[in-house]
Amino acid sequence: MTVGGHQSDVRQFHPRARAALDNPQIRANFRSAMDGLMGKRQAAFEGWDLETLRDLGASIRLRALAKLPELLETLEANCTRQGIQVHWAETGDEACGIIRDLCRARGARRVIKGKSMVSEEMELNQFLEAEGIEALESDLGEYLVQLAQETPSHIIMPAIHKNTDEISELMHEKTGTDRSGDVAYLTASARRQLREKFQQAEVGISGVNFAVAETGTLCLVENEGNGRMTTTVPPCHIAVTGIEKVVEHLEDVAPLLSLLTRSATGQHITTYVNLISGPRQADELDGPEEVHLVLVDGGRSAIYQDPELLDTLRCIRCGACMNHCPVYTRVGGHSYGTTYPGPIGKILMPHLLGLEATRDLPSASSLCGACGEVCPVRIPIPTLLQRLRKESVDGDRLRPSVVKGRGVKRTWSEALAWHGFRWFAAHPGRYRLLGWMMSRFRGLAPRRLGAWTRYRSAPKPAPQTLHELMRQRSREGRS
Amino acid sequence: MSDVVKLYPAKPSKVYFYATCLVDLFYPEAGMAGIQLLEREGIEVLFPDDQTCCGQPAFSNGFNDQARDVIVSQLDLFPEDYPIVVPAGSCGGMIRKHYPELFAGTAWEAQARALASRTWELTDFLLNVCHIRLQDTGEPVRVAMHTSCSARREMGVAEVGPKLLGQLQQVELVAQARPAECCGFGGTFAVKHPEVSAAMVADKTDALEAAGADTFVTTDCGCLMNIAGYAEKQQRPIRGQHILSFLWQRSQQAGEGEA
Amino acid sequence: MSSARSTILARLRQGRAGQDWSAPDSDFSVVAERRWTAAEKLDRFEARMTSVNTEVVRVPESDWVECLKGRLQEKSLANLLVASELAHGRALARSWEGGDPQLVAYNRPFEQWPAGLFNHVEASLTGCRGAIAETGTLILWPTPQEPRLMSLVPPVHFVLLHASELYATLSEAMADQDWAGRGMPSNAVLVSGPSKTADIEQTLAYGVHGPRELVVLVLQ
Repeated sequence: MTVGGHQSDVRQFHPRARAALDNPQIRANFRSAMDGLMGKRQAAFEGWDLETLRDLGASIRLRALAKLPELLETLEANCTRQGIQVHWAETGDEACGIIRDLCRARGARRVIKGKSMVSEEMELNQFLEAEGIEALESDLGEYLVQLAQETPSHIIMPAIHKNTDEISELMHEKTGTDRSGDVAYLTASARRQLREKFQQAEVGISGVNFAVAETGTLCLVENEGNGRMTTTVPPCHIAVTGIEKVVEHLEDVAPLLSLLTRSATGQHITTYVNLISGPRQADELDGPEEVHLVLVDGGRSAIYQDPELLDTLRCIRCGACMNHCPVYTRVGGHSYGTTYPGPIGKILMPHLLGLEATRDLPSASSLCGACGEVCPVRIPIPTLLQRLRKESVDGDRLRPSVVKGRGVKRTWSEALAWHGFRWFAAHPGRYRLLGWMMSRFRGLAPRRLGAWTRYRSAPKPAPQTLHELMRQRSREGRS
Repeated sequence: MSDVVKLYPAKPSKVYFYATCLVDLFYPEAGMAGIQLLEREGIEVLFPDDQTCCGQPAFSNGFNDQARDVIVSQLDLFPEDYPIVVPAGSCGGMIRKHYPELFAGTAWEAQARALASRTWELTDFLLNVCHIRLQDTGEPVRVAMHTSCSARREMGVAEVGPKLLGQLQQVELVAQARPAECCGFGGTFAVKHPEVSAAMVADKTDALEAAGADTFVTTDCGCLMNIAGYAEKQQRPIRGQHILSFLWQRSQQAGEGEA
Repeated sequence: MSSARSTILARLRQGRAGQDWSAPDSDFSVVAERRWTAAEKLDRFEARMTSVNTEVVRVPESDWVECLKGRLQEKSLANLLVASELAHGRALARSWEGGDPQLVAYNRPFEQWPAGLFNHVEASLTGCRGAIAETGTLILWPTPQEPRLMSLVPPVHFVLLHASELYATLSEAMADQDWAGRGMPSNAVLVSGPSKTADIEQTLAYGVHGPRELVVLVLQ
């Protein structure tokens, strides 16, 4: 993972979360945005047997993961036969290098990009800029975020943290448009600016939503048309994907599309669903001469080693988990400091960056389960969070921890506290004695209990425990 | 893959009562209310004296070894095939959902699974096994039901509390905004991420008050401590109670024992 | 063969070694079975499309040319990109008159006329390979006669859809047209409305990069 860039300051979760909580603009923007997205999702699934559909989605993703190496080989064979050149990269850096070399081979100085989360993971734009290649984002939200020199705060709605005034100011400052609250005007301005860029770019880079092994097809969803532009206008198209995005059959795409668009933004379908299976054919008049597919591992095969953790790889990047997360809603995407924020971020980033770098993330959840309840492919997110907490403290001698950075959160003081817990709770006599003492000395119970009593009054032990009351009762013959 | 509890056991003559440590130490009246409600339904309640804690605090923080040791010390307390009733969604969820996975591949696996499969959240048990019918003897009051995340998502009992409250004629059940959103307790989450937790409990308190509730009730002492503790410190008028305490008080006939 | 490839595949196989994985069966009935009549399908299609700002016009097959001319005039469109060698292109040419908008042909690689295509073409007309009622979606498989950019670049896009080619679901269309069996073309696109975005404070705006207006003539 390249040093520098937004991935390096994950450790700042606490101060950033605090800052976000104190910022009424961010609180308001996210609250209304998440409420809207939750409502739209619910409306879009009305009339569906959603639980059965989620079962289907989960079975499709699990089937693909069960056969992952074979499907990758089949995907490669079919793509290659149809003229798509397939490249493999173990790390994000390696993938960046492959893309740079492809650009160099074409003498490309300007790249235009469609939305691709894995390219953000790889920090591709920064890499290319350092190599003298301009990489311009064409998705409107990503374009705005790039103009602001920020990072996306949500995987589907990258500029969700900005309101119209902020965007108007940003576009005025960076591109010379008039200050305006008219969204149609701002959009039309962006359209004009980017249309030039599509034609000037020598290379177009896109992500992939699903890579179909059976037909060697790259499936890409979008609303704006920039994905179509990016993959059609420049003479060379490079598609980048994580290796887990493969599906087995073309028919698998239909249910996943039904789940993806409704879970993400409440749309029954996106405006465009691109199905790319090859470059411009001999008799065609447009389309890229070259199409490349870069398959990125970037830590995914490591996740694959553990049958429980591999459920993390089912993800289809819809964003529903973060839309429903009470923590994400309040602290916003930037607090996490990682490519993927919210619940999926908390279970994925520890594998990509190691637990040392993401030490605050597994505990930043009340385990409410709202995420797992809406995940279209039934990723058991709360279970995986608990698993990562166990990894963080190396807390299970029966099942040794395996994740990179394991044990990083194990402190002698916390371990002592839980040993103390066991000392009492695994011995009924000691436990009853503790209860007795708490009830008898309840007047001495501390009023200040650190972070708890900053906001709440301290809980007061009862004058008699239930154990005591029940003993009394049985002595009195339950009268 | 969908997991919905559909089949309930027939009403038994005896049950084991697993109090949970928060009820035992902080809200014993809720435990006693639960026991009395069960006895009123003609069920003999067995209270194993050696019960302590379900192990969830350690488990949620990743200290599985300590959790297992605590649980193992109690596995033999429920030898007969009677249902185990628990006055808490989170501890019920711990036993039902997490005991099997925690003990998978160990010598205690079968026993843990067996216990998990006969563990029930108490209000769910009262409604769907005992088919309890409550008569209201109290004054009119406006109540909000706060369904904990574990009651809702792990135990699947979100409809139970409202149905029981609905049996009480003088109780008006009010509906708060965003009822399914977490109150911010999350065990140690409240102290490991105090500001985020505080923002959540603040919003929850606002919502309960905006709904016009005089009081809120819940199956979970963690949520109760969290919201009621916040309201008390911030000098907000809303009060909270464990739903079992509330149901017992409201349905107490003259001459029945005090909770 | 690259070493990254063999390393990745080896690692995946190692992760799976000794495990007996089988995924649960996939039951597709929840996305496949719909019992809609032709009329219901058409109503649903129209409702979905109009909800995202598409204009849907039901027109008898014999009248579509006049209908199209009317729309072109209403929108004050000066030209129309159309495939002259296809049946609908020939039908247009036959009934075109002096005052009608200029018919433009896409008959050479787009690199030879980018300014013309991007800056001067105001509208295009294409056929499609049927449509999907459930989501209000048109199936376009660009061809040498109707290349990709034809349905993307001009600000207004007209599509001819035969009402008889309306499928209930995407699954049905894929199966009926045997996409997997016959192989996919180099490019296919499902179009479900004019281009749009909600990236600015979740406020809808149309015509971001693709067409601002989509008009579907449903031929009955």
